[in-house]
Amino acid sequence: MKLDDKLFLVRFNTDKLNHIKILDPNVCLKKCQDKPCTRFCPAHVYDWDEEEKRISVGYEGCLECGTCLIGCPFGNIDWKYPRGGFGVSWKNG
Amino acid sequence: MENFDVIIVGGGPAGLSAAISAAKAGMKTVVIERGDYPGTKNVMGGILYTKATDMVVPEFWKEAPLERPIVEQRIAMLSGDESILAGYRDPAWGVEPYNAHSVFRVKFDRWLAEQAEKAGVMIITETLVEDLLYQSNNVVGVRTGRAEGDLGAKVVILAEGVNNFLAVKAGLAKPLKPASVAVTVKEVIALPKEKIEDRFCLEEGQGATIELYGDSTAGLMGVGFIYTNKESISIGVGAILEPLIRNHWTPNDLLENLKSKPYVKRLLQGGETKEYLAHLIPEGGYKEVPKLHRQGVLVVGDTAMLMNSLNREGSNLAMISGKIAGEVAAESIKSGDVSDQAMTVYETRLRDSFVLKDLHHYRHMAKFFEDNPHLLKTYPKLFSKAIKMYLTADGTPKKDRQKEIIKMALENRSIAGLIKDVYGAWRALL
Repeated sequence: MKLDDKLFLVRFNTDKLNHIKILDPNVCLKKCQDKPCTRFCPAHVYDWDEEEKRISVGYEGCLECGTCLIGCPFGNIDWKYPRGGFGVSWKNG
Repeated sequence: MENFDVIIVGGGPAGLSAAISAAKAGMKTVVIERGDYPGTKNVMGGILYTKATDMVVPEFWKEAPLERPIVEQRIAMLSGDESILAGYRDPAWGVEPYNAHSVFRVKFDRWLAEQAEKAGVMIITETLVEDLLYQSNNVVGVRTGRAEGDLGAKVVILAEGVNNFLAVKAGLAKPLKPASVAVTVKEVIALPKEKIEDRFCLEEGQGATIELYGDSTAGLMGVGFIYTNKESISIGVGAILEPLIRNHWTPNDLLENLKSKPYVKRLLQGGETKEYLAHLIPEGGYKEVPKLHRQGVLVVGDTAMLMNSLNREGSNLAMISGKIAGEVAAESIKSGDVSDQAMTVYETRLRDSFVLKDLHHYRHMAKFFEDNPHLLKTYPKLFSKAIKMYLTADGTPKKDRQKEIIKMALENRSIAGLIKDVYGAWRALL
């Protein structure tokens, strides 16, 4: 089963404010060869945009696990919880 | 600013247990939860332990929304398409006083929050706590994300879950490292209850668990799991983040890898995936337990790294740490002393309980597996080969076969290596 189809099953109360920030896009472009965030995020929130030469962040699909905050080798992801009441709302948990 | 005796940050099992015990001791208690209601942000594999829960809400099983009492626990070791199985079943676990149940946290935590409310706890939802409030270095409350959202408290209990933002800000914990968390994903797959009971050989309403090692995580340090619910199966896999990154796995590919294993596939066949979930599990063990207290603050549950991964116990450690923290908060407030010194009672009681005793007992385990990554690759393969050779009836006399097996084992691992592994495992696990 494809990840996109699985993510379609998740319930969100999407905030218009983005709760994830790449601190310095230059770090992704110049220092980070491996770009592990494009793999370790269970929701594939992070993707390398070859045209714009930056990591694109689909914060709307964030499952709020916190992996990116710990996994980014350069500490370059400023990940916080969404504002109270927003974000993922599990059906089963 | 409204003032409380005890503010608890986070409405999971640890926070709600703390709230119940503080309120029962007469404290004006509030739980601040960022979700729509307690439960909607909460994820675990799905096993709730009876004894710990009973200590928080006596005879909870008569009312709480539970899935199935667990009567059988299996362990599977996967090697390629091969599997080695072991299990234990006791029908007595299917009746009172039980041992454990599968649960869904959205339903269960909501119910537990209702029990807290019955005990007099106030629950504020859809509210994120952003920081602690200080007055000349003393913690005096919390700052929330709401306008004019400061709330005063004599004691704040941090039950914010694995992501320990506030504990770090308060100087109690360090930021988590990729080697000390397991990134875990899970699917809830709907199946008719008769099919579940047939496939797992269960009496009506009873449940089983399977923990899967070896190739269930493609040899990464971690574990797969399958738990039966009333009308669904939860299947998940967790791996330590550091090797997952190093080996270029994605969490979903790891889960799909597990689902495709012959032993697993047949259990799930025909099921419909209802939800896909992700969560971190704190795996730092005893050596990474943060400072558990300071003046006016106690740290509980996942935030305190209280997780016994070998026995997949977490919810019970959370609830007992919460219960003790609520009691200590109440006692300190009543005696008018919430100093760091007064709060050490919390740590002492955790050390006297199974919570820190178990973590201490397994204190070498994380490093043992970290230093010996071959264990999860070599042994499942070696055991599978050995058992296959032993069980294959091809006319070879058994005595010759046994010699072949020993020869094969020693080709895969030297005698010195075997001794080192056994000694290491003995030291780490026993």
